[in-house]
Amino acid sequence: MNADTGFAAASALKERLVVIGNGMAGCRAVEEVLARDPARYAITIFGAEPRVNYNRIMLSPVLAGEKTFDEIVINGPEWYADNAITLVSGDPVTAIDTAERTVTSASGRVEPYDRLLIATGSDPFIIPVPGHDLPGVVTFRDLDDVDKMLAAAEGGGHAVVIGGGLLGLEAAHGLTLRGMSVSVVHLMPTLMERQLDEAAGWLLRQELERRGQTILTGANTKAILEADGRVAGVELEDGTRIKADIVVMAVGIRPATALAKAAGLTVERGILVDDHMVTSDPAVLAVGECVQHRGACYGLVAPLWDMCRSLAAYLTDAPQGYEGSVTSTKLKVSGIDLFSAGDFSGGEGAEDIVLRDAARGVYKRVVLRDNKVVGAVLYGDTADGSWYFDLLKKGEDVSPIREALIFGQAFAQGGGALADPNAAVAALPDDAEICGCNGVSKGQVVGCINAGAHSLDAVRSTCKASASCGSCTGLVERLLAVTLGAEVESGPKPMCKCTSFTHDDVRRNIVEKGLRAIPQVMQELHWTTPEGCSSCRPALNYYLLCAWPGEYEDDQKSRFVNERLHANIQKDGTYSVVPRMWGGLTNPRELRAIADVVEKYDAPMVKVTGGQRLDIFGIKKEDLPAVWADLNAAGMVSGHAYGKSLRTVKTCVGSEWCRFGTQDSTGLGVKIERMTWGSWMPHKFKIAVSGCPRNCAEATIKDFGVVCVDSGYELHIGGNGGIHVRATDLLTKVATEKEAMEMCAAFIQLYREDAHYLERTAPWVERKGVDWVRAQLLDDPEAVGKLARRFRYSQKFSQDDPWAARVAGERRDLHAHLAQVRPLQLENA
Amino acid sequence: MLTGKWLDIGPTTQIQPGSARTLPVAGGEEIAVFHTMRGEFYALVNKCPHKAGPLSEGIVHGDTVSCPLHNWRISLRTGEAQGDDKGCTPTIPMKVDAGRMFLLREAVIGPVAQSGVAA
Ligand code: SRM
Ligand SMILES: Cc1cc2nc3c(=O)[nH]c(=O)nc-3n(C[C@H](O)[C@H](O)[C@H](O)COP(=O)(O)OP(=O)(O)OC[C@H]3O[C@@H](n4cnc5c(N)ncnc54)[C@H](O)[C@@H]3O)c2cc1C
Ligand code: SF4
Ligand code: FES
Repeated sequence: MNADTGFAAASALKERLVVIGNGMAGCRAVEEVLARDPARYAITIFGAEPRVNYNRIMLSPVLAGEKTFDEIVINGPEWYADNAITLVSGDPVTAIDTAERTVTSASGRVEPYDRLLIATGSDPFIIPVPGHDLPGVVTFRDLDDVDKMLAAAEGGGHAVVIGGGLLGLEAAHGLTLRGMSVSVVHLMPTLMERQLDEAAGWLLRQELERRGQTILTGANTKAILEADGRVAGVELEDGTRIKADIVVMAVGIRPATALAKAAGLTVERGILVDDHMVTSDPAVLAVGECVQHRGACYGLVAPLWDMCRSLAAYLTDAPQGYEGSVTSTKLKVSGIDLFSAGDFSGGEGAEDIVLRDAARGVYKRVVLRDNKVVGAVLYGDTADGSWYFDLLKKGEDVSPIREALIFGQAFAQGGGALADPNAAVAALPDDAEICGCNGVSKGQVVGCINAGAHSLDAVRSTCKASASCGSCTGLVERLLAVTLGAEVESGPKPMCKCTSFTHDDVRRNIVEKGLRAIPQVMQELHWTTPEGCSSCRPALNYYLLCAWPGEYEDDQKSRFVNERLHANIQKDGTYSVVPRMWGGLTNPRELRAIADVVEKYDAPMVKVTGGQRLDIFGIKKEDLPAVWADLNAAGMVSGHAYGKSLRTVKTCVGSEWCRFGTQDSTGLGVKIERMTWGSWMPHKFKIAVSGCPRNCAEATIKDFGVVCVDSGYELHIGGNGGIHVRATDLLTKVATEKEAMEMCAAFIQLYREDAHYLERTAPWVERKGVDWVRAQLLDDPEAVGKLARRFRYSQKFSQDDPWAARVAGERRDLHAHLAQVRPLQLENA
Repeated sequence: MLTGKWLDIGPTTQIQPGSARTLPVAGGEEIAVFHTMRGEFYALVNKCPHKAGPLSEGIVHGDTVSCPLHNWRISLRTGEAQGDDKGCTPTIPMKVDAGRMFLLREAVIGPVAQSGVAA
């Protein structure tokens, strides 16, 4: 075709470039072409929107009232005129004929092309729940959407934004500034989970809540509710209803490919293009969010700019080829600094460097792989975002600045001495403040180290540096290293490799600072990992549960499988089920129910346990709820044989029947079990009540043991019959059942509040000393009452049978398979 | 096009982040489909390389899972045991599109049936 045009100069003989989409990519592509060869093409642009080309990303500031539409126009009418571009706006293209090389618009206009550029962008994804098409449900994509939101906001009222990603949060922010009360409904547990990890997502959430937004995470929208023919609210899967005068759906976007697909172009998730943005038809190119390049679809503008350059280079016969882009994200919400780039999913071979500054609300995380930056998440201080992003894109080896990397560019590239944090600390003047909480200077810390405080703990107890919030712990450790060299004494062992805090420090801080969520503990106590590990998460979950009964919401992700499935996993992946038998007592009804379950579910074994009850083995996780339903029906509840919790209360027959029995040991055991069952503990906890010193219930190797005597009850603590057998210590002797129970509750609570996670009472009593335990319980006459009251209060929230909840349908997903695959079905699917 | 090769196993909302669900395959190995805290999806044969523990029941952190039986850490990306432990669980290629999960059919039903599907 080109050969035919010869030397003809008339513009009618120029190659005809038709662009579908008057958006960011379409117009930028045209700009790039014009910059390279302004005379080459006769250009026509079709736009579905009835307006000129504007900066779509600035719709957020327009919504928020920080900018006007005029301020965000990129190319006004004069640009089209000056460059002899025909703009057909408000008239979407409805068909492409690749054989004839024409496009047809809604108004019937037919436009022939030599080259066609598809730049149709994306369509907002609308979740097809009932009510999704009601008036008042809007998306957030173009100026018309903004106008609809502004109209709704005029009357104040309530807005629900479905989707807590970038777009949703910017919409929520704008509507909040416009005077609406806003709720954000997000399916995932973390806001912006594609860009943020749990830690940063949590900080963001705190800030948005502080600004008055209601944030609901893990919330699945079930329906949009209607009144008077328009939207009235949103109903969630769990039954929650939220009032709404407007609902903004911002759950994601899908490349707009319908036109291309209908034209027969190859389309997967997006329109497939090669490195020159050419589609499966050589005369048709595509660019922007509508394309899929090397498997990737993009939803940000930076990659589009790269694409447009390659596309223009190709269209002007100087091809370069596009190789894909690495992206970074910022949130355009005033006062919130947040930056994220690259891959921060961690995992194999990845190394996290984390810096948290609780006082300033800063969280910084840089992910390295093979000594190269592969990802970064910054919250609260994003000054170094572009520097990390640059390192990431260049793929530079950062080992020379590894130590100082997280402190930022100024520090890391301060060069020489400063790149070594020890040297940097050594260079600080003597009056530099080290510990802000306690006002301790470097000189004072060094003075106290020289005076003999050779460990972190010693420094903490002498000059108080890092004894409060602990954020200067790192600095104090460096001062110890600089001052003493190799002589630093290592302090008590930290809880795990994610923190320098000990179990005790963590527990104390949770209570003193009122920390109420795992990510909050991690932020305030400067965890060095983004989301903790399988060792600290269950511990923190327990500490929070213990500290804030009734308030803290258990984090199931931080539980071991047994506590998640309320049954003990076996080596073949099946489960054992142990119903509670109060004090070891049972009856025909219970025994019959157990026998029926064994038969009905084909359990390969049922056994009497060492804890005086029956254990049914070999139950499949799918069958657990049904098994529990049958056991519940006979009045039985979970025996917690799987939990870090009260296990059994073993009893002997006692004075009711036994010729030696001195008290009703069986009756007391049952009462104690009724009082203590369901309680979560640092580790498993076993109790026994024997009717006389012959001690048939083995009370003296239990965590709490009662040995009945003529004159009352001997109360024993800290026994263990496990790996290291330990006989109990006698705590005290009391006269009445009531006192025995009160002391039992108090002892359990003392253990719950003080012991380290996964520490049985035996090692705990040895670590603290029996005298210490006795002093806590016996010195102050009020102590037992106070502890026992706290125990009873927390029991109010834990004595719900977890099996019954599952039988009622809670967390069905944990028990049911996703689906079943049978090859025959597969063939026909 | 993809329809011949990918098996739709339903919406992503079926798996809570930080957990996994199982997909038994008649005549084949049960598959565990994971959803990480960061919203990524992975599919592996539901067997630990150590003693065949059900990986679906482990604690998920980052892109690894700790086996519920003896705590080996298995990479969800590669199926490889981490740290000093040696062994590898087969992975099944998986993708997510418009809120639905897809497994590579060939990998689900094994090489024998594969020729049948490709036809
Ligand atoms: C079923 C039972 C054995 C039996 O057939 O009798 C049993 C079975 C298990 N015991 Fe036990 N222990 C059983 C009574 C005991 C006893 C005796 C007792 O409770 O009177 C002891 C010694 C007493 C003690 O704990 O002080 C006992 C000391 C242990 C230990 C060592 C604890 C220690 O501190 O050293 C473990 C390991 C652990 O917990 O980490 C353990 C762990 C286990 C586990 C949970 C192992 C596991 O993690 O999978 C077994 C679970 C089997 C299952 O799936 O049900 N089991 N275990 C008993 C259940 C009692 C009940 O009804 O709840
Ligand atoms: C509120 C908001 C905030 C954003 N913030 C950011 C940000 O901070 N950073 C960032 O990088 N990205 C951001 N984005 C994303 C960014 O705007 C997009 O990546 C970019 O606009 C994509 O460019 P595009 O040309 O592919 O699509 P678009 O800009 O959407 O352009 C496509 C155009 O094609 C038109 N069209 C579609 N079909 C037809 C048809 N058949 N005929 C004619 N015309 C048609 C559409 O009407 C539209 O005008 C934001 C997006 C929104 C909505
Ligand atoms: S030895 Fe004591 S406690 Fe045991 S059965 Fe006999 S009387 Fe009861
Ligand atoms: S079976 Fe998985 S660790 Fe042993």
